[in-house]
Amino acid sequence: MATIELMNVEKKFGSSYAVKPMNMTIHSGEFVVLLGPSGCGKTTTLRMISGLEAVTDGQILFDGKDVTWLHPSDRDIAFVFQFFALYSHMTARENIAFPLQAQGEPRDSIRKRVEEVAKMLRIEHLMNARPGGLSGGDQQRVALARALVRRPAAFLMDEPLGALDAEFRESMRAEIKRLHIEQNATTVYVTHDQIEAMAMGDRVVVMSAAVVQQNGTPAEVYHDPANLFVAKFIGSPGMNLIQGHYADGKVALPGDNHYTVPADWYTAIHETIGRDGDIILGFRPEAAHISASGPIATTVYTTDLHGSYTMLHLELNRDTIVDVRAGRGTNYPIGTPARFDLDPAMVRFFDPKTEAAIHKGGNP
Amino acid sequence: MSSYSQPARRRHLGDKRLIQMFIIPTVVLLILMNVFPLIYSLYLSFTEYSAINPTPPQWVGLDNYKKVLSDNLYWHNFAVTGRYALISVSLQMIVGFGLAMLLKEKFKGSGLLTTLILVPMMLSPAVVGAFWKNIFNPSFGIFDQFLGYSDPNTAPEWLGDPDLALWAVVIVDVWMWSPFVMLLSLAGLSAIPDYLYEAAAIDRASAWFQFRRITLPQVMPLLLIAVLFRTIEAFKQFDLVMGLTGGGPSLLQGTQAVNVTETVSVKLFRLAMPPQAQTGLSSAMAYVVLVIIIAISNLYIRALNKVREG
Repeated sequence: MATIELMNVEKKFGSSYAVKPMNMTIHSGEFVVLLGPSGCGKTTTLRMISGLEAVTDGQILFDGKDVTWLHPSDRDIAFVFQFFALYSHMTARENIAFPLQAQGEPRDSIRKRVEEVAKMLRIEHLMNARPGGLSGGDQQRVALARALVRRPAAFLMDEPLGALDAEFRESMRAEIKRLHIEQNATTVYVTHDQIEAMAMGDRVVVMSAAVVQQNGTPAEVYHDPANLFVAKFIGSPGMNLIQGHYADGKVALPGDNHYTVPADWYTAIHETIGRDGDIILGFRPEAAHISASGPIATTVYTTDLHGSYTMLHLELNRDTIVDVRAGRGTNYPIGTPARFDLDPAMVRFFDPKTEAAIHKGGNP
Repeated sequence: MSSYSQPARRRHLGDKRLIQMFIIPTVVLLILMNVFPLIYSLYLSFTEYSAINPTPPQWVGLDNYKKVLSDNLYWHNFAVTGRYALISVSLQMIVGFGLAMLLKEKFKGSGLLTTLILVPMMLSPAVVGAFWKNIFNPSFGIFDQFLGYSDPNTAPEWLGDPDLALWAVVIVDVWMWSPFVMLLSLAGLSAIPDYLYEAAAIDRASAWFQFRRITLPQVMPLLLIAVLFRTIEAFKQFDLVMGLTGGGPSLLQGTQAVNVTETVSVKLFRLAMPPQAQTGLSSAMAYVVLVIIIAISNLYIRALNKVREG
């Protein structure tokens, strides 16, 4: 299994960047998810790693070997396409055997290996069907089998679940994760679905506007977003972000509310925005808890029942609504007042000028 | 107000009546122009009859068919047609598909080039026959000059040499109709999605392997349609032969003189038209050709279905 390194890799179409110069190392056996909204450059990045797209500058290394200008077939990778890209005129069996036949392997070993992979993906009963006669999930299983059959050094997957029904997605997500664990194959996985990214990745690389916004574990990008974009993009709903003004250890919030900043944040805040300045307070819906003695006073705007919990939408003033998670036991009628407090360990601050997160331990 | 009365009047015409009004003229026309001649000529094929002779048709049973199928003279025409169809269609497929492979990738001027290549197909076969007759002329035609013959006395006489005449017709047919094969092939090639080639590149397939396992099977349905159209046309070959050689030259085969480029259609024309005007015999021959064409078409359609279903 290969280690993949991107060194100042960039892609330009004309004068506009599809991917701005980026650096990234994907360790052997790691499952890395490229996450971002459509048009952010994640698929272009994946296609550059595969060799289907040429870089305009920079270097790509596989296990230290420069492959920047190698043809896709010389990189020993497998690629799973969003729309499967199965050979429509061949049966599932022929599709899976194709990469081995292309290398001229002996017939017996091809048959053995194809059966092995079919068993792994539990598609033995579909082997004589053509892609047109298979469901989306089964087509993607065949495509995965075709990718697995050659034992490539790395798997590249471009939104492999994007074309599937919600029901299939969940089970395929688990299947792909399981395959990765069994094969221990270096995997780069592109998706726009942050839930998928969090669930599957060892590491999540969040991209937006052709730039890597953050590269970290799912827990890091969720709890310690590097900037406002990541804070909003990760989580559903995203992090609550409230414009406020910091002075004397307190943040003035809309609706005449004041939040007392935990003391361990003072140094970091003073270093970035000074002792008196605009700041953005961020917290996840589960970082807030409703309490009569809470410092922040709001009015209930609406509530949604999510089965195991209730999501409250609370109004600080007309322009500021925050999402707060509450137990499902209590009833919160619309228009009634509600106060909440924040878990001091789960509060984050951002600099409104740079949109970057303020780091408690100093900026890295 | 008239805009209100208009739809009211139409309501008297029921859907059924409307449908009938559209269909009946077509059906009448079809019966008069197609069905009646078809059935009448089938009847005539079992009779001794000449359209220019006042004698009514005399029933002779299968005599006409026996004659067409057993007489060497007619067999010669079938053999010429078969050989011509095989050679001409094969060459058209090779040239047409080859051109399509070259023009598949867009380049500067490829649109114009494609259009220019299609020009021969748009010409009238009579015109094509007339000017290729001049092109093949050994004393002033450019074909022999192009091949490097400068002396008209030693240059091959394409339309007069019994060994070359059929090839001459083939060359003109290939020139005229390869563009048609190219057009169908191009349609087939452009319908192959790029991602299949991307997947194949990832799967480490060589260019030849990709051609054999992806390109060819994907365009095969359209190639078979091209073969079907061109084979039917080749079996009906008439206009180019009439324009170029008129069926000649003649060659002594055993004790009989045969015309080396006389296809079945040309022979039929000669049999049916005055001065011979053997309407009964020519009808029988036409039915034999019809059966052959239907049989070949069926074979192709079966092959086509097989390619589609695997």
